[in-house]
Amino acid sequence: MTIGLEHYLILSGILFCIGFIGVVSKRNAVVILMCIEIMLNAVNIALVAFSRYIVPAALTGQVFAIFVIAVAAAEAAVGIAIIITIYKNRETINVDKFNLFKW
Amino acid sequence: VFNLIFWVLAVLAVVSALAVIMIRDVFRAAMALIFLFLVIAAIYVTLSADFLAIVQILVYVGAISILIIVGIMLTRDVTHGNPSGKFVVPALVAGILLFIVLAFTVTNTIWNVSTSPPLEPTTAPLGQKLFSPGGYLFPVEMVAILLLTAVLGAIVLLREK
Repeated sequence: MTIGLEHYLILSGILFCIGFIGVVSKRNAVVILMCIEIMLNAVNIALVAFSRYIVPAALTGQVFAIFVIAVAAAEAAVGIAIIITIYKNRETINVDKFNLFKW
Repeated sequence: VFNLIFWVLAVLAVVSALAVIMIRDVFRAAMALIFLFLVIAAIYVTLSADFLAIVQILVYVGAISILIIVGIMLTRDVTHGNPSGKFVVPALVAGILLFIVLAFTVTNTIWNVSTSPPLEPTTAPLGQKLFSPGGYLFPVEMVAILLLTAVLGAIVLLREK
């Protein structure tokens, strides 16, 4: 059986779900950020696979993947900055204890 | 040979992604994450996306992993391993259900797969797509502004009062 579009999409789905489980179940804020990166990478695999198998000459999916990578870089920078700020103020990065918006 | 390469890369990717959420030590989880980024770069090569593979290594393996490791180092003294919260079972159920829905959709859709060979190398066509007037020039400029805003935001958040 030759490797086709479905194989890449299933792989992308597995990685996305692993990242999702991590985001919802973990307590450490840095680990949650890492799991978000896994999810973004899974989506990139799907985009590049679509680009390769549906429109091989147009490269549209790869252009989108480049934008996703750029936004992911911005998100990681701001996310780490927020986590370090909260750590400086509250001495914890456990998301169960981030109750700043509760009153 | 191509099939074998894909299966090896797929198994490595899933195992390292599982390692990220299951290893107790956060630093080792970050190492597994970097390995996952490298495996994904190799997967881009199998999809004949050479430029994206290089960008993946530069941005993820080079920059984002450093950011994450710095974040771990700075907050290390308060993290006691990589514990799971109280939503483990709901997260597992929701994740597996999501995967079932995704797999069902993927296998039951008739994809309009093209048989023409892939474009390679992709760097010059990608550059023309991104920077030609009829292409994606405006989104590229928006991404530049977004990155500038993100850098400014990070500086403002971390500035000493």
